[in-house]
Amino acid sequence: MANMAQAVRMALHYGEKHLGVTDIFGEDVGPPLGGVFTCTQGLKTTWNTPLDERGIIGAAMGLALAGQKPVAEIQFSDYIFNTIDLLKLAGNSNWASNGQYPLNMTVMTPSGAGIHGSLYHSHSFDAWASRLAGWKVVTPSTPRDAYGLMLSAIQDPNPVLVMVPKALMRVKGEELIPGEPPDEKDLKERIDAPIGDARKGWEPRWPDLEFAPTPIGEAKVVREGNNATVVTYSRHVLLAKVVADRLAYEGLGEVEVIDLRTIYPYDWAAISKSVVKTGRVLFLNEDTEITNFGEHLLRRTIEEHYYQLRARPRLLAGAHVPGVGLAPPLEEASVPQERDIERELRALLTELT
Amino acid sequence: MSETSRIPAQPFKDKNFCLAYHRHMVRARALEERLIKMMRSGDGYFWIGGPGEEAFAVALGLQVRKGRGVAYDYLHLHYRSNPIVLTMGEPMLSFIRQMKSTSADPFSGGRNFVAHICKSDWNVVPVTSTIETQFAVAPGTAMAQRRARLKGEPSGVTVVIGGDAGTAEGDFASSLIWSTRPGSELPILLITTNNRYGISTPAETQHGEKNVADRARAFGITAQTVDGNSPEKIWAALETAFDTIRSTGKPYFLEVMVSRLHGHSSSSGAARTLDELCCIDSFEKKLLKSGWITEKEIEAVKATAYQEAQEAHEKVKSETYPDGSTFQDHTYAGNVRGGVPGRDF
Repeated sequence: MANMAQAVRMALHYGEKHLGVTDIFGEDVGPPLGGVFTCTQGLKTTWNTPLDERGIIGAAMGLALAGQKPVAEIQFSDYIFNTIDLLKLAGNSNWASNGQYPLNMTVMTPSGAGIHGSLYHSHSFDAWASRLAGWKVVTPSTPRDAYGLMLSAIQDPNPVLVMVPKALMRVKGEELIPGEPPDEKDLKERIDAPIGDARKGWEPRWPDLEFAPTPIGEAKVVREGNNATVVTYSRHVLLAKVVADRLAYEGLGEVEVIDLRTIYPYDWAAISKSVVKTGRVLFLNEDTEITNFGEHLLRRTIEEHYYQLRARPRLLAGAHVPGVGLAPPLEEASVPQERDIERELRALLTELT
Repeated sequence: MSETSRIPAQPFKDKNFCLAYHRHMVRARALEERLIKMMRSGDGYFWIGGPGEEAFAVALGLQVRKGRGVAYDYLHLHYRSNPIVLTMGEPMLSFIRQMKSTSADPFSGGRNFVAHICKSDWNVVPVTSTIETQFAVAPGTAMAQRRARLKGEPSGVTVVIGGDAGTAEGDFASSLIWSTRPGSELPILLITTNNRYGISTPAETQHGEKNVADRARAFGITAQTVDGNSPEKIWAALETAFDTIRSTGKPYFLEVMVSRLHGHSSSSGAARTLDELCCIDSFEKKLLKSGWITEKEIEAVKATAYQEAQEAHEKVKSETYPDGSTFQDHTYAGNVRGGVPGRDF
């Protein structure tokens, strides 16, 4: 099975071959490296930029204004912060121009902790991104959805931010991407650039991939359950499933896990349906907890489902600290871990109504 | 426009051209003065604009190749660029509608301040209040034009304009870097209109460089500092700049020294400043001296322009604001309305 980096790469290949992508660019995105996570190896339209995040977002906006179809990368979401007013401008271009200038542009960026990334390779951006009206914001938890969401992002007439969980870049999927060779060695030989001198003159042999978008705005129930709901996204989907399986094995109850997949426009119908069913809900993500996106969902849950709740709804998020520390105990203390999820779910499942 | 649609070989030796140029300048001034009046009389909330920049603006407005798409010039304008777009042929009424934020405002539908022009038919991309961000964006349209050029397809150039104070922002440096990537140089005209102020702060208290143009030269960009109050000089400088970019595909930089005749904006009162040179007055003196115009004819040109502005103002007085229910329209293109999912759509 493809890992997430390979899935992104295949989606970008599909994009430049079939969907009119004109430019895939960012720091170290083009040859020889093909991206610090290898997401852009072997593609036709890649190029390297100056080390200038504002220039990257600005160039994407300009290319989109001129009818091109750019995919820009910010190497780590930790470095997207100094582009925030350009992101706001990209988000208001169509609105401010009363419909004259929609921007068909995609920005992808690795985000979140989990790779011992210290202060500036561990940031999340989902809460900030959720405030960028005019943008659609997606974040896959599987290679299949990384492929599908990237295709949707490329096709969408609006700016779309694709946040790829960096801790999952090398995690393989459980579902084949349509057109992906079933033999993982075969895939690797076809599309992973060789190391060293062999890279010179190397050409990928792309599989015959299919158009298989994951719709923006649709959550996915990745584990069904009747006793409690976890609404999460990105790498915490995997952690939530592990904990849910463990608690089910213990006989504590069946937890439904919803992979939101889209931050905006988020799938309220899916959340609402599950909350009504279980009456118990935990919102889980790793961005810092004060003014967290999960807080918004929690507020709506209280406003719209107060009388259907059987236990107080909860948010488990990152601690409000200036950074994620390098030493493992520091990171583990500030970003939700399995043990934290388990603690919250045990309490949620056992709270008396 | 018809008088200047065919530019003579030596325009400033041509009486008809000069008289038309003068009329464009006067119309632009009449528009700005009417906008200021509107702000003062409650027919607008805020004014910002370009009185004092007419000599430059008319030259640019007449030389730019207007149209839609990469075959034409892209304009990343400043919030002092009303006179440019007026000269290009946009009716006065459009600016006046934006001033009063009526639903008929063709640039933003009553959403944005005056002088925040957007006109996709002429590649005028949305003017922003954020300072200098247009310099980060402009290389993108120039890249698309370079691409067309390399394929042998019709291609225009990208024009980006900002003030001198704005060049302190990093986006100015970005534009110089991105326009001159070796082997990927861009067909872009970078313009700094230098009025020597950032709101109330004199440039000489903040900028150590002698000329802004020197910073472009450091990147190998051909750069000129030019008197933007002289129609002849700025016309020639722009002509050279456009010719060079169109023939070489390489960037060009102009620092245009201009006057700021009504302060920064309505935030500082927008009163007329008397200690700065007025490019219309000085051009009129030349025209009078050459005998191409009389005082009486100047008065007639002004009366016509001011009447045009007044009539446009009268017309918008009965126009209405956009309906409040439209506030979310165009947040997204396509099938998402904007707002809160499950509640608003």
